[in-house]
Amino acid sequence: MTRNIRKMTIALAAILTTATSAWAMDVDEIVAKANEVSYYQGDDGRAKVNMTITDDQGRERTRAFVILRKDNEPGAGSGEQKFYVYFSRPTDVNKTAFLVWKHMDKDDDRWLYLPGLDLVKRIAASDKRSSFVGSNFFYEDVSGRNPDLDNHVLVEENDTYYVLDSTPKDKSGVEFASYKSWIHKATFLPIKIDYLNEAGEVYRTYEALNVEEVGGFMTVTASKMTDVKAGSSTSMTYSDVAYDMGLEDDIFSERYLRNPPRNLLR
Amino acid sequence: MTLKNTFLTLALLGAVYSPAALADGPSLPPGLGGPSLPSGLGDKEAEVTEKEEAPEPAFNVTGFIEARAGTRLQDAQGYDDWTLGELRGQLSLDGMTDTLTWRITADAVLDPVLEEYGPDLGRGEGVLDLREAWALFRPSGNMDLKLGRQILTWGTGDLLFINDLFPKDWNAFFIGRDVEYLKAPSDALKLSWYGAKASVDLVVTPQFDPDRAIDGRILTYYNPMTGSVNTSPAALRVQSENGPEVAARLYGQSGSTEWALYYYNGYWKSPAGFDIVDLKATYPELAVYGASVRAPMLGGIGNAEVGYYDSRDEKSGADPFTPNSQWRFLVGLEREIVPDLTGAVQYYVEKTEDYDAYLGALLPGMPKVDEYRQVLTLRLTQQLMNQNLVLSGFNFYSPTDEDGYLRLNVAYKVTDALRVEAGSNFFYGAANTSFFGQFEDNSNIYVALRRSF
Repeated sequence: MTRNIRKMTIALAAILTTATSAWAMDVDEIVAKANEVSYYQGDDGRAKVNMTITDDQGRERTRAFVILRKDNEPGAGSGEQKFYVYFSRPTDVNKTAFLVWKHMDKDDDRWLYLPGLDLVKRIAASDKRSSFVGSNFFYEDVSGRNPDLDNHVLVEENDTYYVLDSTPKDKSGVEFASYKSWIHKATFLPIKIDYLNEAGEVYRTYEALNVEEVGGFMTVTASKMTDVKAGSSTSMTYSDVAYDMGLEDDIFSERYLRNPPRNLLR
Repeated sequence: MTLKNTFLTLALLGAVYSPAALADGPSLPPGLGGPSLPSGLGDKEAEVTEKEEAPEPAFNVTGFIEARAGTRLQDAQGYDDWTLGELRGQLSLDGMTDTLTWRITADAVLDPVLEEYGPDLGRGEGVLDLREAWALFRPSGNMDLKLGRQILTWGTGDLLFINDLFPKDWNAFFIGRDVEYLKAPSDALKLSWYGAKASVDLVVTPQFDPDRAIDGRILTYYNPMTGSVNTSPAALRVQSENGPEVAARLYGQSGSTEWALYYYNGYWKSPAGFDIVDLKATYPELAVYGASVRAPMLGGIGNAEVGYYDSRDEKSGADPFTPNSQWRFLVGLEREIVPDLTGAVQYYVEKTEDYDAYLGALLPGMPKVDEYRQVLTLRLTQQLMNQNLVLSGFNFYSPTDEDGYLRLNVAYKVTDALRVEAGSNFFYGAANTSFFGQFEDNSNIYVALRRSF
């Protein structure tokens, strides 16, 4: 009994020490790390993405695309990035390509290539919190939201999670009043995010459903966004994930919008 | 139990229970020590993830089957009510080898309205419409060469084209085919060179590819020779041109601003001239020099484009059978008005050079254009039901011609593969001689059903 109590006391002490040191971790540091592991793993990356959109009546629609990413400042773990998205399904958007230059201090630059018209269309990026290809994910969920746009408070902590409440600095242009994230302590991956409206109700929820190690990086390979009010949801699975491929900068230009880099898209 | 023991027990209880209580969070997903699947299932999943890479198919196949029908909203003397009626199947094959990528896109068409069944690949008529047949080579790291039948587009206008002199199919556009059929293919060679500051496209079309212009077989138009809107379905007699066309673009980007310079040497794309000896419409020679910019502004995307149309067969402006040279200019802005509703406006001007000479040479019966012909366009696009229902409207209005053209379309994606669509093309104008006004008798509505695969 005494031995057990001693063991438990040590365990308790260990927990308390961990907790104390973790409490000491700056909330902005947590947010920065979570942002980094979510959107900046490696200097570049590629994934095949399958989306299944399920509406409130259970009808399903699917999207399939390959996403390529390159950071403008390798190793920074934040800052400007470029994304190239190439659609294969549904077939009516087959070969459509989408290019984003993500900026920190101004609106992103976006281009859409429509193969039937050979048209490179410039798209306004004012609608970051609108549906990405008709799914429950927003543009900002796919390319990341600048952490500096919100105030973050560490409200809870336990063995597993940092629990953060975040409120927008500027309420215009966002549909949420706040969001609460459960960030996995060991990996800094957000495992769940609840978006709350002005009434304090959860109307939208993100969940990480599967995590795999790829090239030394813990990677969310399945996730789900649920529109609680509308009763619809979108699940997204990542496959053929790769990091640090040495993607050239010119992949993210008009050249490859018109003529896709097929060897990277297979 | 001593006080000390009680305290310890409480502390321990706290230690044991508080994480659980604090956790009050999501269970961890697999891969982070979360609930793992039963071994059998887990293995299976592993098998699935690590399945052998399927051999890459030699080519990909996509396509669609579509039925589309349209009818006039009013009688047109001498013409059938049907403006569109077709069953179309498209097959698109593409693939790549070590040295090139290629694509062939062909439509099989049954068109009982036009009743042309012999394939005419130049006009895109008959049972076979070849949309694309090209190969893309990469002669060096910063160069692409695309050879064959291809759809080509550049410039910044939205359904207004200044420096895009690649062939358009106005007939397809006006009767309500899918908007991608507005672009007719070119049989051309496109050489692209990519630099750090600027890039160059050079397009050589060995044999002139004119627009597929309104020629009177399905849609009526104003015929200056008879001084009236034509009243019998007969194709306009046109003197064909076989010379080459050259189009070039030098373009780049500075910050978020895209800029481009353009050059074209070929012919007026529509039969804008007339040969009074042969009594045939002609394609007079044309060179175009232009420029454009496009950049984010006012919460949207702004663009401006200019072009000088040098009508090379017309030196003084006094030849009534050859169009005068022109300046063409447009500015536009597109932005989201409220979520899922996008609006776009454009202002376009066409200035006729040597206007006094033009007026002096104008023959009776020929429609007179203003020195500054102006067009305003408005586009509204509303997305509903998770982007599965799209309502769109596009209006051309010319205050100088007092005419216009309203395009309306409703498209609903029943499933990922099935789309139903309805729309209208409505032409209006004070006179039946003006650009849009002459098409008044062609105003139509259409419906379509498309199954993609």
